Amino acid sequence: MKRPVTLTVNGTVRTATVEPRALLVHVLRDDFDLTGTHIGCDTSQCGACTVLIDGLAVKSCTQLAVQCEGQAIITIEGIGTSDALHPLQTAFWEKHGLQCGFCTPGMIMLAADFLASNPDPTEPEIRHALEGNYCRCTGYQNIVAAVQAAAATLRAAQAASPPSRAVSSSTSRAGQPAGAAV
Amino acid sequence: MATIFGSGIKRREDPRLITGAATYTDDVKLPGLTYAAFLRSPYAHAQITRIDTRAAARAPGVLAVYTGADIKDRVVPVPCAWNVPNCNLIVPPHPLLAHEKVRYVGDGVAMVVAESRAQARDAIDLIDVDYEPLRGGVDPEQMAQPGAPQLHAEVPDNIAFTWVVAGGDAERAFNEAEVKVRERIVQQRLLPTAMECRAAVASYNKGSGQLTLWVSSQNPHIHRFLCSVMLNLPEHRVRVISPEVGGGFGSKIPAYPDEALVSLAAMDLGRPVKWAEDRSENYKATIHGRDHVEDVELCGTRDGTITGIRTKVYAGLGAYASTAAPGIPTILHGLVYSGAYTIPNIHGTIHGVYTAGTPVDAYRGAGRPEAAYLIERLVDIYAREIGMDPVEVRRKNFIPADKFPYTTATGLTYDSGNYAGALDKALSMLDYKAFRKEQAEARSRGKYLGIGVVSYIEICGLGPSQVAGAVGFGGGLYDSAIVRVYPTGMIRVYIGGKPHGQGEETTFAQIVAEEFNYPVENIQIVAGDTEITPQGWGTYGSRTTAVCGSAVKVAAQRVKEKARKVAAHLLEANEADVEWKDGKFSVRGSPDQAKTFAEAALMANLAWNMPAGLEPGLEATAFFDPTNFVYPFGTHICTVEVDVETGEVHILRYVAVDDCGPPINPMIVDGQVHGGVIQGIGEALQEIAIYDESGQLLTGTMMDYAVPKASQMPRIETAHTVTPSPVNPLGVKGVGEAGTIASAAAVVNAVCDALEPFGVRHIQKPVTPARVWAAVQAGQRGGEAAGQNGKERAR
Repeated sequence: MKRPVTLTVNGTVRTATVEPRALLVHVLRDDFDLTGTHIGCDTSQCGACTVLIDGLAVKSCTQLAVQCEGQAIITIEGIGTSDALHPLQTAFWEKHGLQCGFCTPGMIMLAADFLASNPDPTEPEIRHALEGNYCRCTGYQNIVAAVQAAAATLRAAQAASPPSRAVSSSTSRAGQPAGAAV
Repeated sequence: MATIFGSGIKRREDPRLITGAATYTDDVKLPGLTYAAFLRSPYAHAQITRIDTRAAARAPGVLAVYTGADIKDRVVPVPCAWNVPNCNLIVPPHPLLAHEKVRYVGDGVAMVVAESRAQARDAIDLIDVDYEPLRGGVDPEQMAQPGAPQLHAEVPDNIAFTWVVAGGDAERAFNEAEVKVRERIVQQRLLPTAMECRAAVASYNKGSGQLTLWVSSQNPHIHRFLCSVMLNLPEHRVRVISPEVGGGFGSKIPAYPDEALVSLAAMDLGRPVKWAEDRSENYKATIHGRDHVEDVELCGTRDGTITGIRTKVYAGLGAYASTAAPGIPTILHGLVYSGAYTIPNIHGTIHGVYTAGTPVDAYRGAGRPEAAYLIERLVDIYAREIGMDPVEVRRKNFIPADKFPYTTATGLTYDSGNYAGALDKALSMLDYKAFRKEQAEARSRGKYLGIGVVSYIEICGLGPSQVAGAVGFGGGLYDSAIVRVYPTGMIRVYIGGKPHGQGEETTFAQIVAEEFNYPVENIQIVAGDTEITPQGWGTYGSRTTAVCGSAVKVAAQRVKEKARKVAAHLLEANEADVEWKDGKFSVRGSPDQAKTFAEAALMANLAWNMPAGLEPGLEATAFFDPTNFVYPFGTHICTVEVDVETGEVHILRYVAVDDCGPPINPMIVDGQVHGGVIQGIGEALQEIAIYDESGQLLTGTMMDYAVPKASQMPRIETAHTVTPSPVNPLGVKGVGEAGTIASAAAVVNAVCDALEPFGVRHIQKPVTPARVWAAVQAGQRGGEAAGQNGKERAR
């Protein structure tokens, strides 16, 4: 029996009527047309479907949509815009951190959460953090470089405008740049 | 701006990919969309005695159910497109859905189409199939023995072909040799694992009779061709769109039954049908790679001259001959047995064998990594046997730089090369002598370091169409481009290739920008839609830059030549007096009299004032057919520390020196090397597709198949030498597969070098901790190292 679920997706309140078994990733893609979140496996290994739920990076194939009632979801479509890219998006572009691009949205969402809790990570820390997100194209080297570059940008932004970390959800710890539209 | 060719500019495909705005096949939505799901065989080999689909047909939302019996008279079996000659190739029919018999776990048995994805998935569980299991088997050597279960009635002993490569007189060379070494090498089955699984969306317009098929493909024109065959639909009524493609690594070259079946359903239902594979399905139903069991030998002199190579190979093809499968272990493998060396005597016997497993086809490198691996392992084993440094053995046997073009014993003509140059550069980055000292010192402390050096070549830039025909490839191997210039001077380039991560939207724009002294922003590269792109043969075999990129260059030159005529007319100058100088058309000797390319383009499109006899418009098409393959090469060096207590291998450094001719975009070239090397390291250390005795794929999900993770993989140090190829106007070679071709051998060479004190000569890849530990233990017991001369198939 389908039931309604209401989520705040990229800052907009949205409702869908879904089967209780529907995974969050399917509802994002099929009901909300947010196809930037990808599906790369069916065992929660690959991380292509990673989104932020109340600021935490979560593989959206591990959540039933109805479990997320009332929560704030940020997807790749919401972390930055083409005109105002999130520093991670910029860094992936500048450091050639993607090839086919299929894993990239998940990588960026994971890294956003990671850098919020560890703004100045070492390379081994980054590699450890990325462990649950697979990439078959890049060999990870330039993804690591992109995360390092974004970390530096975010730290500089933080230093320039210290305490303001306002994002749409008060519980968020996603590393948002000052003024990023979410 | 004149240096745009060769600069590491940011990729132009990225903005859509980093913002979630890209459209992959499963992102395509159409009005009235329905969804397909497949019931796949749970048995490796079984007779189907009964299928009851009635409950599925009655299930909520179900629109249609198809079985093999329902469709067999409406479609043509999946074609094999590489009919390698002179090897008695037998290609048994590959039905789109199995009827009578299933031949691997994952073989399609039925398709359900329903209103929703979930309804289709639910309904396949309601299909009742009675199977009578038969004996199976996935080991290609065992399946080729008399008495093995026979998969196809028309294929005795499951032997699809026996292909021989011979040059010189190997028998004599081995008979007369001072030194002979031999090894049993198993090149395990691998799962390509493109991050995007396969997907297809079919839409049919009954009024126009036009089928539009979105499919995640490396070669949409090949898919158009083969789907039209399977569906008995004229090719001009099939449009294939390959939108954003999330990786391929060979697995999206072949034609599969699935895209034809959703097309058939779309034609029947008059509604669009989508199917998207999930990962467990992908691991069973999408092609696998490698799967060789090899006995290989090398002979030479005491002082390090290699005189011969001989192989006997059982190459598993899986249950059916996939699109390119017969050509992979033959043409793309046996012909390059000479590697980077002057080996005068070569003999290889390759048996292609049907096995009750997923079909095996091209996987990154496709035949060439297997060749490089066996050659480079043999060279190290030989060096140890004669007590010579493996680097010196390589150097001694290199084809000298002044001998190109060089014809090998197998009849290939290598275009250009400087193998010692690449080796020297790699050795300058990693101090070999110092490492050997460190290694000796470490051993005295009970620490085991090793170094592996690989000097590889590959055959790529596939290839001259005439050769394609001669070796039985069922297509051309030219490629194509249309350069179309708009009145404002903006340019769109339509290409026959289909990049899927390799960055040609950027590098091809760089080729055109260089030609017209333009910023790349003025140029857009368009690929992947057979409706608007010229006939091409796709992106694989490290061919797109060398072949399709050359077509882009030639088409751009044609456009430029016409623009020059228009410019001369506008300058009221003699055509012969107008030259392209400093980024403009100018009158020779008076550079102030000049027109830009954009000015000429505007007039060509307006045609108000054209030279007599010159038709309006400004565009050109080029079909570029190379005169030869290209042969990239390089040297990779890996150093490792092996923990002999646990068997763990820790990579200390990885140095890759590759020569792919002049790099158009060094950033992209390095990215290709990184990814390729890591894929080969995965093959060396951890990746293996394992079947159990009954033919069940034990590594059937990402929980079980060890895709390399960021935390497991080293940094790659890259460098390049530049030896242009004479066979195309860009001088470029290819680089997409190079890393994978070199790295598996580099790692295993390093591990075996580390374990020399234990007498370990060879360990089968992947050299997992368990295998390494067992080899060390066997060595300590003084026995034969595990894996050596033993055929070890499981972890």
